[in-house]
Amino acid sequence: MSLNIVLFKLTLGLYAVTTGLYLFSAVANREGSDRWGRMALLVAFAMHTVTLVARYVEAGYTPVTNLHESLSFFAWALAGTFLVIDWRLRMSVLAATTSTLILVMMLFGSLLPMHVQELNPALDSLWLPVHISLAFLGNAVFTVAFVAAVFYLLQERMLKSKKFSALYYRLPSLETLDMINYRCLTFGFPLMTMGIISGAVWAESAWGTYWSWDPKEAWALITWFFYAALLHGRMTTGWRGRRAAIFAIIGFALLLFTFLGVNLLLPGLHSYTSMGS
Amino acid sequence: MDIFVVGLSHKTAPVAVREKVAFPPENMQPPLQQVLALPDIAEAVIVSTCNRVELYAAGQNVEAGVQQLKHFMADYHQVPFETLDKHLYVMQGEEAIRHVFRVTASLDSMVIGEPQILGQIKTAYGYAAEHKSVGLILNRFLHKAFSVAKRVRTETNIAGNAVSVSFAAVELARKIFGSIEGKTVMLVGAGEMCELAAKHFINNGVDRVLVTNRTFARAEKLAEEFSGQAVLFDNFHEHLHQVDILLSSTGATNFIIDPDQVSGALRLRKQRPMFFIDIAVPRDIDPRVNDINNVYLYDVDDLQGVVNANLKERHKEAEQAEEIIEYEIGQFQLWMAGLEVVPTIVALRQQIDGLRQNELDKTFANLKHLSDKDRKAITAMSSALINKILHPPTRVLKQAQQDANAQQYVDALQTLFDLEISAPQGKLKNLDND
Repeated sequence: MSLNIVLFKLTLGLYAVTTGLYLFSAVANREGSDRWGRMALLVAFAMHTVTLVARYVEAGYTPVTNLHESLSFFAWALAGTFLVIDWRLRMSVLAATTSTLILVMMLFGSLLPMHVQELNPALDSLWLPVHISLAFLGNAVFTVAFVAAVFYLLQERMLKSKKFSALYYRLPSLETLDMINYRCLTFGFPLMTMGIISGAVWAESAWGTYWSWDPKEAWALITWFFYAALLHGRMTTGWRGRRAAIFAIIGFALLLFTFLGVNLLLPGLHSYTSMGS
Repeated sequence: MDIFVVGLSHKTAPVAVREKVAFPPENMQPPLQQVLALPDIAEAVIVSTCNRVELYAAGQNVEAGVQQLKHFMADYHQVPFETLDKHLYVMQGEEAIRHVFRVTASLDSMVIGEPQILGQIKTAYGYAAEHKSVGLILNRFLHKAFSVAKRVRTETNIAGNAVSVSFAAVELARKIFGSIEGKTVMLVGAGEMCELAAKHFINNGVDRVLVTNRTFARAEKLAEEFSGQAVLFDNFHEHLHQVDILLSSTGATNFIIDPDQVSGALRLRKQRPMFFIDIAVPRDIDPRVNDINNVYLYDVDDLQGVVNANLKERHKEAEQAEEIIEYEIGQFQLWMAGLEVVPTIVALRQQIDGLRQNELDKTFANLKHLSDKDRKAITAMSSALINKILHPPTRVLKQAQQDANAQQYVDALQTLFDLEISAPQGKLKNLDND
C-alpha cells in the first residue's frame, strides 16, 4: 500500500476520533468540553494536509481528478473552513454535525478505488488546482451554511411551538446561526463565482470555448443563480432567518447534485471525476 | 468517631415549625457553646436558614449524641419534645455525609440549583469556626462539602437555566437576539411583573426603553424610573418598528396589537426579529402574531412552560450531580477510615506488648536460675511471636484502608481486644487544599 493511502486511512481514523469527541461534548453540554474535539480536529486536519501533499508528490499532479480524490479534498476544505469558524464561535452541536459530514465523505472516499491513476492529458494544466480549489472551498463554506441553516430551522420551530427538546439547550442563538449563514454566503459566493470563471477560462484554453453547456456547467450555473438570489435578497430586501435558512438548504442540495449527482448520473465533459476506472 | 445530622427542612416541617426552632444569626455563641457542652458531642455546626434548621455533629456515641441534640433543640427553643421530634430527621455515617453534600450542592433545595444555600452553609461554618465548635473532623467535612458544591456547579449545568418567569423572558430574548445589548424594549401598560421583567432586561444590557400607558402621567413616571421615553398610548403602534422586545400588560379586554400592525412594523425594520411578551390576562396581543416569520410571541402560560422545562433540565443535571457526590462520599470515607487505622494498629501493638512484658516479668521472677543469655533468648522469642501474630492483621488493615473498608476491621479489633483509642488530635493541615 502506498504512503498516501496509509496516511488517508490514518486521517480517516482521526476524523472518527474527532467526531466521537465532539459528539460527547455536544451531549455533555459543559463549558469547555469541546476543546478535545477541537484539538483532534486540528490534528486530523494537519494529518489530512500531509496526506494530500504526499499524494501530490506521488501522483505528480494536484489530487482532485477522480471521486476519491475529490471527496478527500472536499472533506479537507470543510475541515479547514470549520476550524476557522469554530475557533471563534465554539458550538459543539454544529461541530459534531460537521465532523460527522466530514467522516461520511472520508468513508465514502475510502470505499472507492484509491490508487493513483495516470493523469488524463486534458487535465494537465495549471488551471486544475486553481479551478478545483476555488470550487471546493466554496462548497465547503456553503456546507457550513447548510449545517447552520438546519439548526436554525429546528430551533426556530421550537421557539415558535414553545416545546423545547434537549437540543434547544445546546444550540447557539438564532441570531448567531443566521449570522453564520450570512457570513458563509458572503465568503462562499465569491469563491464559487471565481471557481466558475476560472473553469470558463480554462475551458477556453483547453477546448476553445468558454461555455459548452455540459451538465456540470449547467447545474453549477443554476446553483450559482440560486445563491445569487439569496445574497441579493439578504442584502437588499432584508431576507433573513427562516427564509434564508430554507434557501441555504435548497442551495446545498443543488450544490450536492452538481458535485455528485451530475458525475454519477449525467455524463458530460466533466466525466473524468466519476467513480474511477 | 462518626458524623451525624439532626434537623428539619421544608420537606419535613411546615414554616410554622421551622420558624420556632430557627437560630438567629446574630446570636450564635450561646447555642454553639451549649451544644458543645453536651457530653457526647465532640464537634458541632448549626445551620439555620428559612428552609432548614440542622445540626451537624461528630462524636463517639452516636445514639446518645442524637438524643442530646434533639433535646437541646426542644429545650433551647422551648418547644415540646414530642411536637418537634416528629419533624426531625436523623442521619449518621454515609447517609449524613451524603445529606450534607447534597444540601451544600443545592440538590435538597426547594428550587434545585439555587445559589444561596452554599453561602448560608459557609456562614454557619464561619460561626462554628469563630466559636471553636469545630475540630479535625467537621473542619475537613465542611471544606469537603464546599469543594463538592463547587465541583457540582462547574461540572454540571444545574444552575444553568432560568426558573423564574421574568428571567425566562430574558433568556428567550438571548436565544432570539444573541445578545440583548443595545436592543429597545417597549412597556405597554404597567404591572408588577411587567416592571420586574423590564428591570431584568435593563440589567442585562437593554439600553433604550419606551413606555406607554392609557394614563400618560403614569407612562411618564415609569419612563423616568427607567430613564426611558414616554409614548402616547393612542399612537404607540407608530413606534412598533423600533421595538425589539415588547412587554404588554394592560387591562384591555380586547387585543390591542394585531398581526397586520406587526407585519407592517416588520417591513419597516427589514424583517429584524421581534419578541412579544404578553403578561396580560385577558391577553393583549392577538396570538396569530406568533405565526408571522421572525416574530415570537409568548404569553404567561408559555413562559411558565419554559420555566417548567428548565426545571426539568435542572433535574436531569441533578442526576449527574448525584454521581459526583457518590464519588466524593467515597473519598471522604477513605479519609475518615484512615483516621482510625493507624491509632488502632498502635493501640493493638501496645496492648499485646504490655501483656508480653507482664508475662515475661512473671516468668523471670519464677525462673531465677536462668542466665542472662537465656533471658535474652526468651525475650527475643516472645517478641518474634507477637510480631508474627500481629503481622497479618496489620497487613489486612492497611490494605483495607486503601480499599476504604477499614471501618469494620477497626470496629472489630476495638471490640475484640477492648482497645481504647480516640481520633488523633493532630494539626489541622491540608484543610484548604481541595
